[in-house]
Amino acid sequence: MNSTNKSWVTLSLLLLVIFIASWQLISMVLKNLPGPMPVAKTAYFFLSDPFYDNGPNDKGIGILALYSIGRLSVGFIAGSFVAIVLGVILGLNQTLYKAVNPYIQVLRAISPIAWMPLLLYSVQNSNATALLVVFMASVWPTLANTAFGVSNIKRDYISVSNILQIHPVSKVFRVILPGAGPTIVAGLRISMGSAWVAIVPAEALLGSLGLGYFVWNEWNNLSLTSVIFAILIIGLVGVLIDQLFNALARRLAYVD
Amino acid sequence: MCINCKTDNDLSKCSSGLRDAYDPKVSLEHCSSMNTGHDHVAALETQESVIDRVVENAVIKAIFGGNDVSRRNFMKLVGASTAMSVLSSIFPMDAAKAWAKEAPGSLEKKDLKIGFIPITCATPIIMADPMKMYEKYGLSGTKVVKAAGWAMIRDWAVSKQVDCAHMLSPMPLAITMGVGSTAMPFYMPAIENINGQAITLHVKHKAVKEPKDMRGFTFSVPFDYSMHNMLLRYYLAEGGVDPDKEVKIRVLPPPEMVANLKAENVDGYLSPDPFNQRAVYEGVGFIFKLTRDLWPGHPCCAFAASKDFATEMPNSFKAVLMAIVDATFYSHDPANRKEISKAIAPRNYLNQPEEVVEQVLTGSFPDGLGNMRNEPDRIDFNPFPWNSMAVWILTQMKRWGYVKGDVDYKKIAEEVFLASECGEAMKKLGYPVPTTTYEKHVIMGKTFDPDKPEEYLKSFTISRS
Repeated sequence: MNSTNKSWVTLSLLLLVIFIASWQLISMVLKNLPGPMPVAKTAYFFLSDPFYDNGPNDKGIGILALYSIGRLSVGFIAGSFVAIVLGVILGLNQTLYKAVNPYIQVLRAISPIAWMPLLLYSVQNSNATALLVVFMASVWPTLANTAFGVSNIKRDYISVSNILQIHPVSKVFRVILPGAGPTIVAGLRISMGSAWVAIVPAEALLGSLGLGYFVWNEWNNLSLTSVIFAILIIGLVGVLIDQLFNALARRLAYVD
Repeated sequence: MCINCKTDNDLSKCSSGLRDAYDPKVSLEHCSSMNTGHDHVAALETQESVIDRVVENAVIKAIFGGNDVSRRNFMKLVGASTAMSVLSSIFPMDAAKAWAKEAPGSLEKKDLKIGFIPITCATPIIMADPMKMYEKYGLSGTKVVKAAGWAMIRDWAVSKQVDCAHMLSPMPLAITMGVGSTAMPFYMPAIENINGQAITLHVKHKAVKEPKDMRGFTFSVPFDYSMHNMLLRYYLAEGGVDPDKEVKIRVLPPPEMVANLKAENVDGYLSPDPFNQRAVYEGVGFIFKLTRDLWPGHPCCAFAASKDFATEMPNSFKAVLMAIVDATFYSHDPANRKEISKAIAPRNYLNQPEEVVEQVLTGSFPDGLGNMRNEPDRIDFNPFPWNSMAVWILTQMKRWGYVKGDVDYKKIAEEVFLASECGEAMKKLGYPVPTTTYEKHVIMGKTFDPDKPEEYLKSFTISRS
């Protein structure tokens, strides 16, 4: 076990080295693409003082990341709440589920960014629009997964709870949600992924402070090193958030 | 010296309102006592001290029931300072004074939000922040907020997420008419820059000399309702090229133009600086023609606010206009251009290399063809919103089919381009104000008479109207 553990770490590090080396090589051929060194320098510059504040249009990368994460949290929590409530209702009612499912699949296929102009036009506020884009990105995967998870809970569990005559509300919290828990968390994880993917272009298009704004502001200056640095930060934050869900999924897992 | 009676015979000004109510020797009632109490009438220089005095007198008069004799006896008895402290303990004098100052003439809102696009056209709007022009007119806490493109700034302005905005001078006209936007009356009390744009072409087009060499090109402009679009179309059409049929004109946010030129997605653009100069700096483009050579002194970007803002907050509107006009004239002075370049180049504002910004603002620049050019009026700043300029813009909007049907040129021009408000601010700052708001303009050698817009429109062979 220990040796296999080590071997994946070694392989992973080796891949990183190969990636950086080939990046370096490509940047030497493509003159316009900054190599790893200039990006590292930029990263050092931004990370050495991540919370500076030079006015409304120039804030440290840490502050901008917090803006994005804050926006993500609000939109995601609201979206997930709606998705889980609707999902449980649909999951418990097969007819309704079958009737609504095609629409969910259609809505799910729409890029959250595609909603943006419509939302901006109707709510007339760019911050609220960014939140709604995250909301839209968060709802569908969780809704689909919750409905699926709830409708596929073992009949035995439901039957037992019926025999014991548990109150319907407590049935939801003690049988249905735990039963569908792992599927719901899997849905939340997909939702979080798509919300994080949506937030960067939403901020860039709306001019709302955040990592997306940073990308756009640096693109303004054709500063590709900063753009690459921002890409790395966006990826890293995404991984950290995903790790949270990983931990959550492990806690909610159960064996039939 | 008494400013009230020495220099002014007006009896109403001679009234007792401004004399020291704590002074037992002066009367608050009789103007005739002015002669005896003369030395006791302090020359009240500032508006604030006048208000203080008015409030004190009103309160004291009320306390003594308008009986001036008993007031004077009381003051003689206890002395002014005791009277003052007794009074202030029973009546919130300071609060009353503060409240009186809040009344007419004071700013309804000090922390304005002003949207801008990071281009050198916005120089006065931007530099007013680091160089404290907004604070100078009492607008402390005013913020300038960067927007990614013209559609975004239009939406910010229309949905009132910003109080005022940097706009392209055709935009307030278009928004007011509801063209390409929800209709909402807008005011444009000041132009920002004149000149300052250029046609930039990809370096592979160095052989191009005139419009007919550009057939089949793809151009980009920052917005449909922009001087850039109007001037590019005008230039091409004057050279016999139909801008709708023989070339493609795409709207791109200015910052993306250089990258698109680099990728050869576009052959050239008529865009705001610093993106013309930035293309030279990046080695991908050259400056083919300065717009100054098409229409010397043409308007470009502007300062705009919704009519709602101007009517709901008239004093803040006036103050911000003063700041903008002041900043615009400050930017006009070539001696200040270097200092301004340094102030607006950082990430919080333009986020551009200072060198590029300086080349634009000083007009001493490489053109990408190997020449160093020196054109001090490459960009200039003049706030006066000529109504005739608005009429010209409207003729072109009609020419290219952006507006259809009859246009009441002068009515719209005067409604949106607030020449008199700008003139008032200019006068206060001591700058000469034009006596008329219409003048003839010469664009590429052709005279435009604002009194005959329809005739002018009919004179073009290439036209959609």
